[in-house]
Amino acid sequence: MSNMVLLGDEALAIGAVHAGISAAFAYPGTPSTEITEYLIEYSKKHGAPIASWSSNEKTAYEEALGVSFVGKRVLVSMKHVGLNVAADPFMNSALLDIKGGLVLAVADDPGMHSSQDEQDSRYYADFARIICLEPVNQQQAYDMTREAFDLSEGFHIPVMIRLTTRLAHSRAVVSVSEPRQENPMEKTDNPRAWMLLPGYARKRWADLLSRQKDFLSYTEKTDHNELNLNDSNRELGVITTGLGHNYFMENFGDFREKPSYLHIGAYPVPVEKVRALVSHVKKLVILEEGYPFVERYLRGYLPPPIPVLGKETGEVPPSGELNPDNVRKALGLPEREQAEGAAVELPGRPPQLCAGCPHADTYFSLNEALAGYDRSIVTADIGCYALGALPPYEAIETIVCMGASVSMAKGSAQAGYEHVVAVIGDSTFLHSGITPLVDAVAGDIPMTVLIVDNETVAMTGGQETILPSSKLEPLVRGIGVDLDHIRTILPLKKHFDENVKIIREEVEYPGVSVIIALRECVETAKRKRRS
Amino acid sequence: MEYDIILAGVGGQGVLSMAAIISMGAMEDGLHVRQSEVHGMAQRGGAVLAHLRLSSRPISSDLIPRGRAGMILSLEPLESLRYLSYLSPGGGIVVTSKNPVKNITVYPDLEKLYDTIRDLEQSKLIDAEGEARKAGTVRAANMVMVGAASGCLPVKPSDLEKAIAGLFKSKGKDLVDVNIEAFRMGQRS
Repeated sequence: MSNMVLLGDEALAIGAVHAGISAAFAYPGTPSTEITEYLIEYSKKHGAPIASWSSNEKTAYEEALGVSFVGKRVLVSMKHVGLNVAADPFMNSALLDIKGGLVLAVADDPGMHSSQDEQDSRYYADFARIICLEPVNQQQAYDMTREAFDLSEGFHIPVMIRLTTRLAHSRAVVSVSEPRQENPMEKTDNPRAWMLLPGYARKRWADLLSRQKDFLSYTEKTDHNELNLNDSNRELGVITTGLGHNYFMENFGDFREKPSYLHIGAYPVPVEKVRALVSHVKKLVILEEGYPFVERYLRGYLPPPIPVLGKETGEVPPSGELNPDNVRKALGLPEREQAEGAAVELPGRPPQLCAGCPHADTYFSLNEALAGYDRSIVTADIGCYALGALPPYEAIETIVCMGASVSMAKGSAQAGYEHVVAVIGDSTFLHSGITPLVDAVAGDIPMTVLIVDNETVAMTGGQETILPSSKLEPLVRGIGVDLDHIRTILPLKKHFDENVKIIREEVEYPGVSVIIALRECVETAKRKRRS
Repeated sequence: MEYDIILAGVGGQGVLSMAAIISMGAMEDGLHVRQSEVHGMAQRGGAVLAHLRLSSRPISSDLIPRGRAGMILSLEPLESLRYLSYLSPGGGIVVTSKNPVKNITVYPDLEKLYDTIRDLEQSKLIDAEGEARKAGTVRAANMVMVGAASGCLPVKPSDLEKAIAGLFKSKGKDLVDVNIEAFRMGQRS
């Protein structure tokens, strides 16, 4: 046993190493990025496990399946919206006969600190009918990850670990134990359980359904689902999930009569324990970090036997994060006294492009190039350049999901709108921008893709892009974009006029054109200089 | 013993290094520590907030309840006023650098900000950049601020210095010395 100070993400990562993983795959995404960053550093030092970024979450998940297929343990991690991208392999993998432990770590972002939505991944675990573990602190992130691999191999399913932002990005001391060895290489002895032909898949699905009772009997027994009944207080009961537990405990000391409570850290929901709590009390409060997942199941369609207070009824805020204060209010405890606010008005300070950022120069040129047209559209994508939505740029009009800039531009141009430009980063292009560009070339659509290539995955902290910049131009050419309409610009103030001219020429071209605005991220360049 | 600190600043100023030093020093002193950080988009030149909790008992919540913080430690004067609701009424102190980061279009009148800070029950306004420059580099302004806060922290200054040495060790002895000097300038200011 030894102690380490770790982020929740890092505790999960070292838990996976100590569980004997042979490989780990991921696409960077806040708040999950530090899992794989830690593993890549660990691997550099120790020579194992394999730890690498993938093109996107779908390829990462499928690569992980390949590792599991040969009997080895593997971790795949992503942010919540990344699981939408990986949903196809994820859902189907629940039907496979997993022997090499496969654990999916997914980090949700309630409050949308760095995301487009605050979807709750527990629905995905439920959708796939697998087990999900949800740690409440760094120690549990370590312990549960180790256990998740045993569960995966014991129940022959992928197991999900769900983190949320505050745990992913909070540090505490973690005590770690003896590492386990890697599994031996052993290809599956049950190939029919890996070929989801309809005839085989039907059997696998029936088999998965028949094992639900085993999963449930595990979650009814495990200590992760802690039922604590106070016989001297039959009034208030509390169900907590995720970090709701911590904020409940922060306020626990202020109850004169301690409420009975159930904390759920392992899913499927332990139904008997829920029933035991409900029959013990007269009123129930549900505190969940994320969607009202347990709450909505518990309410169902029929009136509950006792009042249930939560996100559906408004005692708990239905969106955003829980915190010690909104939980305190939901529990009916008196508000704490606070210091007075400042007597001056404080303007907000939203995030912005860094000083000297190449995207800033690109946006100024793009705005000027499009200034003369009555009709134009600029679709954009997920990355630092999404900050081009804010003043002084106000250069873009859509931000939806990875790759959507290119596909949406194609749709708008095909519908007949003129002067359509898609702005997409180098890493986002490789993640999900190539396939819609194939669509655009196939349809010979009049549109321009502006790849803002800063040679790094900047938003998540400067990870290496999966392919170097030198490969982008040949890639675009290979898809079939006309060589005369693949242009590279250097986004610097001194090239402003020239860049405006090039952008305008390509916007005027009645076919698919690609402009690569190539200049390294200033932050990445700074980091390289320092090291 | 429980001591909660709100750390504030602007993305890129070194709020997290400041948090790391105090955490490491507190652990050296045998305290329980929770440190909640901001990563991702929010770090891009925007307002940054970190919660740091030190306690002699295990800590449940990574976030500090409002009205509980013993200190707001800020690298920027405007940011020092943004989170006052976290401060404990009658007992909390604001320790802030007086050097503004004016990366927004309308920045409030600086003298008015200083007056507001001086009018708080307890506050300390530090010329962090000036002191850091004297120590050897303006980039050590955050260590000046750790030094300025150290008198109120339940952590031994020698343990904070040990943590600074640990954090900068890999970057060479010169940088360790400069940062420790900056810390000491902060202590005296």
